[in-house]
Amino acid sequence: MNSAWKYIGVACASVALIATAGCSTGGDKSSDKASNDVVLLTHDSYAVPKELVKEFEKENNIKLVHRAVGDAGSLTNRLVLTKDDPTGDVVFGVDNTFASRALDEGVFASNDVTLPLGAEGYLITGAEKKLAPINTASVCVNIDKTWFADKKLAEPKTLEDLTDVKYRDLFVAPSATTSSPGLAFMLTTTAAFGDDWPQYWERLMANGAKLTSGWSDAYYVEFTQGGEKGKRPIVLSYDTSPAFTLNDEGTESTTAALLDTCFRQVEYAGVLKGAKNPEGAAKVIEFLLSEEVQAAIPDSMYVFGVRDDVELPEAWAKFAVQPTKTFDVTPDEIAKNRSDWLKTWTDVTSK
Amino acid sequence: MKRIAVLAAWSIAPVVVLIAFFIVPVGAMLVQGFWPAGRFDPAGVAEVFTRPRTLRVIGFTVWSAGLTTVITVALGVPSARLLYGTLWPGRRTVAALFLVPFVLPTVVVGVAFRLLLSESGLFGFLGLDGSATAIVLAMVFFNISVVVRIVGIAWENRDPRLAEAAATLGANRLQVFRTVTVPTLAPAVAAAASVVFLFAATAFGVVLTLGGLRYSTVETEIYLLTVTHLDLQGAAALSIVQLLIVVILMVASARVGRSRAPKSRVRVSPRPVHWRDAPAAACLVAAFALIAAPLLALTTRAVRFEGTWSLEYFRRLAAADEDPSIGVSLGEALSTSVRVAIDATLLAVVLGLWIALLVTRRPRTSGERRLLGGIDAMFILPLGVSAVTLGFGFLIALNRPPLDFRDSGLLVPIAQALVALPLVVRTLTPVLRGIDERLREAATSLGASPRQVIATIDLPRVGRPLVAAAGFAFAVSMGEFGATSFIARADSPTLPLLIYRLIGRPGEGHLAMAAAAALVLALVIMVVVVVTDRAHERGVVQW
Repeated sequence: MNSAWKYIGVACASVALIATAGCSTGGDKSSDKASNDVVLLTHDSYAVPKELVKEFEKENNIKLVHRAVGDAGSLTNRLVLTKDDPTGDVVFGVDNTFASRALDEGVFASNDVTLPLGAEGYLITGAEKKLAPINTASVCVNIDKTWFADKKLAEPKTLEDLTDVKYRDLFVAPSATTSSPGLAFMLTTTAAFGDDWPQYWERLMANGAKLTSGWSDAYYVEFTQGGEKGKRPIVLSYDTSPAFTLNDEGTESTTAALLDTCFRQVEYAGVLKGAKNPEGAAKVIEFLLSEEVQAAIPDSMYVFGVRDDVELPEAWAKFAVQPTKTFDVTPDEIAKNRSDWLKTWTDVTSK
Repeated sequence: MKRIAVLAAWSIAPVVVLIAFFIVPVGAMLVQGFWPAGRFDPAGVAEVFTRPRTLRVIGFTVWSAGLTTVITVALGVPSARLLYGTLWPGRRTVAALFLVPFVLPTVVVGVAFRLLLSESGLFGFLGLDGSATAIVLAMVFFNISVVVRIVGIAWENRDPRLAEAAATLGANRLQVFRTVTVPTLAPAVAAAASVVFLFAATAFGVVLTLGGLRYSTVETEIYLLTVTHLDLQGAAALSIVQLLIVVILMVASARVGRSRAPKSRVRVSPRPVHWRDAPAAACLVAAFALIAAPLLALTTRAVRFEGTWSLEYFRRLAAADEDPSIGVSLGEALSTSVRVAIDATLLAVVLGLWIALLVTRRPRTSGERRLLGGIDAMFILPLGVSAVTLGFGFLIALNRPPLDFRDSGLLVPIAQALVALPLVVRTLTPVLRGIDERLREAATSLGASPRQVIATIDLPRVGRPLVAAAGFAFAVSMGEFGATSFIARADSPTLPLLIYRLIGRPGEGHLAMAAAAALVLALVIMVVVVVTDRAHERGVVQW
């Protein structure tokens, strides 16, 4: 045998050996895609009860392949970067702060899903057929009611109150650049104060506001009701949070959301352009909007379903009060200004 | 056939793996940055370097990683000597404990540090919350095991006769240290220090959690630019900075690595502890305290329930699949983690041994030296490059045959193996380089083929460190979070992902459950490390 061929043989054999080394247990299960597979892309917070998924698969003769990837921002970037060759059929978890980026890049196909009662209110103008609202929650400033009662200090009510010297060093919020509620809060202030919003943040920071990287860090470590003996009684969280801080008797919540400080987040589902199974993809959206899934959403994803006709869990019905009025910024405006606003925000807060 | 062609042929396999799963994906992201909208625009990338923020970020990265490396080496080398060179009860357990921080998910460690350092924490009075000191401390916490492990294994495998000979010839302790100990350990220390620097320079979660907003490293900046601003030009510019840092570091550490004394090989038995070990013991205690404090904070969080000691949170974890918001139990997540880790370890060990054997062949010409040196340096690249860049690179580059991998279940083990690979290589090469070349020459002159030389001279000596390296790779893979979280996964979260999920959800006890899960992860890793260490000690593993 020619010696050059011998070494090519060695090289090939070694590639093959290494290629098989990894196949011991993991195996590539996704390679044998059947035609009734639907690939659902979501962020990491997606959760739907397994029984419901099994039922759905059986009824529609569909195999639901779920893939989770990072946060809403990572998910949106994934859609944009792979728009010519999508890695799934349907996506859930693009919210109103990221929707325009994905819409502008044309990653969604139109769908014919009929929306249930209650969902229309959350539609995005111009994208009614592309993005179906699935769930919603509002990002609001939360307070520890027991702390203010103990200290005999009046509870703050508005955004402006947070800059009052009475409430110095009491507020903690996650950062706008690294956390989605943090971003929502920055948007709240742009809606509330217009062009003067950077000045508001200057006053807020001067009044001892503390910023953390994520929501959990702010709520658990810093907040007085977070369970870790935190020292700050005012925290940025959700309108649903008070349902998780009931007193021992379960008769009352120890915290409350300030309903004049809220920004509404809505999460959407959409069929991807270039989907291999668009019919199956639309069925998944109908499934997410079904009564069963919508009723399960509060307990599994900690947000409200969009449907009007499903009952809320008991604690939610009593203690998770939704704001009637929220500060709104349209997805278009957010897409246009996001980067500049965040840069301004970073400059102001890291002074 | 010339020898260099033979060496080149043997390098093809590992290099193909590196090109497919590292160079192509990262290159694809750089192309996105340099060719925005399809037009070549290098000015856009260059513009990034005129931003004051960019320079500040680069400065902080180099400063914090440099300081971390210095502290880690200063504490780690004496600790390694005590842990691997002297005999005292419990040293194996302590050595295993040292490995735990390295593999804990950064989310957990970030929270553990914040629990200690925040205004209400045990060490809150130090005022370190959100400071650069806190970041450096956490990085030392993570990386000290790298130094202890790599230097410790080199120490165990050194030749004691040199020091004995020097002492017999009248050298005092200082002279022995200077002329024998330092040259013996230098390659291992340099290898460990360069790995630590890279880990610190690419630290992500810990900087994000502890740095608040004031501090940003190249790695966190790439994340922000990519995910929040979709500024791929900026991300490309900073990725190039990361690559440059790796290259500079490799050149520097290669210099130290070459200046070593010739050695031969005898198994060193640990000696009893001596009073002269007191300064080293002080370092060990300091390092141990730094590791123990956050772990202790986690432990108490996990086992205190309503004011009493209780395993309640472990029970809840075991049944977490019934909690609709978690949807996976501890057992399921653990078994997923173990399966992925086995694949990653196999890949890392096969490739790592392959590369280590290849690059430790003594070059006979300058061409051969360049070839082997280049291959050696190439495989440390994955350590220095952002997980975000690699993760998104997988997405846009691995989408068509023969590389249709982007949603494959193998992508996670492959990514983890790439992270563990440099550690395996860096554990094995100092040992292989320490083998007296005269042994190989003698074997060759007695008629052994290169393959027989490897089988009879190299492999018997590498067995012990290989098992240790495998344990290390397994532990790294078990705890890996960064790259894993940027790759789409099937609906079966690993243990670190379960922990992340728990921490991110409101609800009474979720944080404590996350602490409990982190504790389980730490225990599993400790058992693996202790068992792999013991196994070869008792001669179970033989070549």
